[in-house]
Amino acid sequence: MNTLTRAQLTEAIYATVGLSRHESADLLELVLNRMADALAEGKSVKISGFGTFSVRQKGRRIGRNPKTGIEVPILPRRVLVFRPSQILRDAVNTSAPRQAAS
Amino acid sequence: MTRSELIASLAEDNPHLTVAEVERIVSTLFDEMTAALARGERVELRGFGAFTVKARQARAGRNPRTGETVQVAQKAVPFFKAGKELRERINKPAPAPANGKKSAGAKS
Repeated sequence: MNTLTRAQLTEAIYATVGLSRHESADLLELVLNRMADALAEGKSVKISGFGTFSVRQKGRRIGRNPKTGIEVPILPRRVLVFRPSQILRDAVNTSAPRQAAS
Repeated sequence: MTRSELIASLAEDNPHLTVAEVERIVSTLFDEMTAALARGERVELRGFGAFTVKARQARAGRNPRTGETVQVAQKAVPFFKAGKELRERINKPAPAPANGKKSAGAKS
């Protein structure tokens, strides 16, 4: 299966405006960093047409090491959740061969 | 932070680009990612995270209003898994002072 990576996204930016490949790569990094900064501050990032990234606070709970069976406390932590927009959900469902449910 | 706030802040830090250009760049990025996912491909951005398409099996659902059983068809859903670096960044300002195993300096 093909994977879209920074290389192709850089190329897409490069083709869009008159930036060099180097500047395009920097700009991609800047976009991702800006989003990461906001999320690290606990803010959510809403990209209309794509989806919303938000940070969710998880409480302490008791987990278990699946290998040893020993109970270990899972400390309170923050996790990132992504809620795809309806547009993205629809886009993913209109076409595409895909692998079966795991 | 919304898409337009993201664009505004990027434009501010890149005076050589107009807001319209930044807007095009940001749109291009998300359009490319959407297109890849629509093709069933994955999007992998090391350090940030990966977007994949997961298959959901058909299931018997229920109309919550009428209580009627309806068949929900098999479908695909976009899924995002945060990358290691981003996960760690999000947890850095320790949400609660706990027995610091990770010894992350909890400064705000």
